[in-house]
Amino acid sequence: MATSVKKSPARSRAAAKRPAAKSRSTGAGPVAVLVATRKGAWIFHGDPSRRTWRSSGPHFLGHTVHHLVLDPRDGRTLLAAAKTGHLGPTVFRSTDGGRKWKEAARPPAFPRAGEGEKARVVDHTFWLTPGHANEPGVWYAGTSPQALFRSGDGGATWDLFFDIHSDPQYRQWLGTSQDGTPDGPKLHSILVDPRDASHLYFGMSGGGVHETVDQGRTWKPLVAGLEVVEGFDASNLAFHDPHCLQICPSQPDRLYMQNHCGIYRIDRPANEWTRIGRNMPRRVGDIGFPVVVHPRDADRAWVFPMDGSSVWPRTCPGGLPAVYGTRNGGRTWQRLAQGMPGRDAWWTVKRQAMASDLGDPVGLYFGTTSGEVWASRDEGGRWSCLAGHLPEIYAVETGRFAGAR
Amino acid sequence: MNVLIPTPLRSYTGQRRVEAAGASLAEVLADLERQFPGIRFRMIDEQESMRPHIRFFVNGAQTFDLARPLNATDEVAIVQALSGG
Repeated sequence: MATSVKKSPARSRAAAKRPAAKSRSTGAGPVAVLVATRKGAWIFHGDPSRRTWRSSGPHFLGHTVHHLVLDPRDGRTLLAAAKTGHLGPTVFRSTDGGRKWKEAARPPAFPRAGEGEKARVVDHTFWLTPGHANEPGVWYAGTSPQALFRSGDGGATWDLFFDIHSDPQYRQWLGTSQDGTPDGPKLHSILVDPRDASHLYFGMSGGGVHETVDQGRTWKPLVAGLEVVEGFDASNLAFHDPHCLQICPSQPDRLYMQNHCGIYRIDRPANEWTRIGRNMPRRVGDIGFPVVVHPRDADRAWVFPMDGSSVWPRTCPGGLPAVYGTRNGGRTWQRLAQGMPGRDAWWTVKRQAMASDLGDPVGLYFGTTSGEVWASRDEGGRWSCLAGHLPEIYAVETGRFAGAR
Repeated sequence: MNVLIPTPLRSYTGQRRVEAAGASLAEVLADLERQFPGIRFRMIDEQESMRPHIRFFVNGAQTFDLARPLNATDEVAIVQALSGG
């Protein structure tokens, strides 16, 4: 049994600002923007026009929240992957939109190591993905160190779904200290094919992209065409560093990826990625962390480039923040920065910290390492700051709460 | 015996000091888990190691041994160690 019920957080408008862009119809109901930070989580509830936002939070003030996700299957269940500086990692669940939280009875954890086996300990749950629409209650979680967990009961109990370390071949691919992710290698971007619950993908910050077509019984790498850091052997999966993957809901054979070494696209059944980031302006490059796709048009996607030159400053290139968007599958890219600071903006956007909504036109959102949430109600045409003065933002997701008007 | 609970774990216990029984630190932690489900995993990982920023003191002396024998009159203090800003 889980306990640790958290009290309802105070609701406040204090952190919300009013975006300046004019009203447009969304066609998809009010959107909520779920913001996970290094020191808690906030939820911003939009009005139907996405012009004004009501803030709920902080939830879990002081907890490191890596991901906060609303279940699109019921519009009620929220899962938060959390830990604190002192306490071990866990998952909190809410079934009433975040008013009350209950801890998972069995959070993601490795099995007890056998004699002579290397003991593995979950440092943090990094990524949460709701399962297929036909599998209510199923969730997936990616952790650091890298492992994939599954829950069949709405996030209350978790078991290893695919223990990548138990497969000798995978163990070999992971068998180096190449991964340089500052707070540990991460299994992320768990993608579920909306046509087929048994077809999944995931990425590993040290280990490449992987696919199963049989509900996780067997997995295969999907890395052909991907580059690795100069001087390293691309045939060694440990050298592959996907940052973020997205599957196109309108065309699930198409995936986009922001990788350590560029922006890529793949159209299945092809098994080879194409570096569409070559078409980005040379002075900006195609390094970054997040990538976001359009809910209805698989030719449209957005990225947030960062400075990956020299010592990898991980800031906006030249201090000039901009989203780049494509409308043709990555053949050409447009700079989308109207409304953003025109100088001296030395933040960036992490791999989970950018999201789209289902509106028409699509709303785009990103959270910065400096604690600002930026929003566009017109697919990146104009941006405004939705909230500021938050802790470092780790993740931004959107959702629609059941019954929201 | 009396166990001092640090602030990060008081969402489980609701109080600063709780009573727990056991002939060793491991048994006391098991009793705490029985009373306050979920609390143990926040302190002890799945490989039975103390988490890096949780410390245990018995009668004022630090111990890293879950098998440390305890008497009913011992005072156990669970402490949050420095973990950065």
